[in-house]
Amino acid sequence: MHQLEVKNIVKSFKDVQAVRDVSFSIPQGKFLALLGPNGAGKTTLVEMMEGLRKPDSGEILINGKSWLKHEKELRKIIGLSLQETRFTEKLTVRETLRLFASFFGLGNERMDEVIDLTDLGDKQKAMVGTLSGGQRQRLALAVALLNSPEILFLDEPTTGLDPHARLDLWNILNALKQQGNTTLILTTHYMEEAETLCDEIIILDNGKILRQGVLKELLDGHAKNLDELFIQLTGRHLHEETLDK
Amino acid sequence: MKKHWTNNQLYQLILTQFLETIREPSVLFWGIGFPILISIGLGLAFTQSSGTQFHVNIVENHATALDSLIIHYGTKTMHDKSVVYTWTVADSTLGNTKFIFKNSTWNNAIVALKRGEADLILTYSGGKPCYHFDPHDAQAQLLYLKLSHLLQHPTVKAIEAEGHVTPLTLKGVRYIDFLIPGLIALGILNSLMWGISYSIIERRSQKLLRRMIATPMRKSNFLIALILVRFVMNMVEAGVLFFFAWLFFSTTIQGNIGALFLLFVAGNVAFSGIAVLISSHTEKTEIGTGWINAITMPMMILSGIFFSYHNFPEWSIGFIKLLPLTLLTDGIRSIFNEGAGLMQVAFPSLLLLALGVICFIMGLKRFRWF
Repeated sequence: MHQLEVKNIVKSFKDVQAVRDVSFSIPQGKFLALLGPNGAGKTTLVEMMEGLRKPDSGEILINGKSWLKHEKELRKIIGLSLQETRFTEKLTVRETLRLFASFFGLGNERMDEVIDLTDLGDKQKAMVGTLSGGQRQRLALAVALLNSPEILFLDEPTTGLDPHARLDLWNILNALKQQGNTTLILTTHYMEEAETLCDEIIILDNGKILRQGVLKELLDGHAKNLDELFIQLTGRHLHEETLDK
Repeated sequence: MKKHWTNNQLYQLILTQFLETIREPSVLFWGIGFPILISIGLGLAFTQSSGTQFHVNIVENHATALDSLIIHYGTKTMHDKSVVYTWTVADSTLGNTKFIFKNSTWNNAIVALKRGEADLILTYSGGKPCYHFDPHDAQAQLLYLKLSHLLQHPTVKAIEAEGHVTPLTLKGVRYIDFLIPGLIALGILNSLMWGISYSIIERRSQKLLRRMIATPMRKSNFLIALILVRFVMNMVEAGVLFFFAWLFFSTTIQGNIGALFLLFVAGNVAFSGIAVLISSHTEKTEIGTGWINAITMPMMILSGIFFSYHNFPEWSIGFIKLLPLTLLTDGIRSIFNEGAGLMQVAFPSLLLLALGVICFIMGLKRFRWF
């Protein structure tokens, strides 16, 4: 059985069809990247998988269970980091973690583990308002990892970070991958992030899956890398911001 | 593994909410410091009997009967290169009245009136004084009455001529006794509207609410923590303000403490409900700020916090009395100053509780967590 199954999902906002008949599944312990430009429908799709939005039609199952009937149960086994969440600035890193740990009934032991894992030991007494962008993302990841989630959703976790901070986050995720207990769904518009971290890649544009598979399969044709593949598929670059610079 | 009580989510939500509140210096200033400063400023201004001072500009080129009076009774000084006569009429009952006379041209006198440097212009016509002032200005009217009496009877106090004045020294009739209950009620309103509404809207805009409900957090625990911390802070703020008023102005609570607690709880419930309702849907803090101001400002003006609402037109009084801030302020005043008990505040308390519960239910029905 697949750990996550997405079946014929459709979602529209007024006149815009954000997700169009998307289906895929992922087994336990695999890392999946949802790759696509801004507005491709990545965040909407992930928020439906996280149970934060309801699809117009289709079905999402985690361990065979739907959000509609098993929300309480599923909340306990997923971890997530949303795009641009700002934690309360007047709390310390440890106080923030303790608050979120309390939602899962967890104590200091697990907090210390995620603090070690995300390398926030030196910053645990620092106010969130004083953290750098990279440290804030590591805090968001630490919060997401508190309940040792079976499935971890990370929505553009490295957007806006400098290369060093991005590498720090990749190292943490690679360490998590070695443990093999967590399934990761990662949205990104950085192709090297998808290549470095993930076992399988789904390329999305305009709410549709353009291509899906492991990296080798995707680059089997004439494309040398994911950016070239995306140009072949859409006639556009994957990451317009990079080109502007 | 045995669960430790500090890992309880309601406890952690209350604790973090409390920490956030006390770590914001402006919360402590606006909640505790500012009401005390207002009570010092207004309390001293209206409680001290330091006397009254009036400025009169005289526009007259010829000698008049007034000249001999102010030269005889007044003290001559120089002020801004002009000669000024100060005539002080001593009165141990009502406080001293100081008349400050200055000669000027008509144009300069008008400018002084516009700038608030003069209260009245005095001219003479056919040997008789002629008083020029804004008839809607109560201060100028009082000056006219005092000055016209003074010019006719320079040595007789008005109160001696017109009857006998007995100063009231009852508790609860001073301006500070009127002010402190109003400030307590205003503190509850502001603390809840800003502390709950703004806090919810800000967290929604920061996507923190969305992040929190993506966990097994109970939504009710979040709201309970938010309201409970505000309630406790309001108790502390009201307590500190009352302690200050008791210490410096000997303010006392003449009525029933239980009734005061009931009304205090009812006021907190009412404004918590309104706060949840207006923050239930809004995502932008700018819009939220507008809503909060739209609710609080009219009540601050109309509900008689600083001055009696009986100055408003008669037709509006019935409506003003039903405003939640008026219900709370009038109720607290009646307990502080009139010795009211549970029966007297039962009706306003019930109204406030009902309003709070209705608003809370409506707010929850349309509440957007993201």
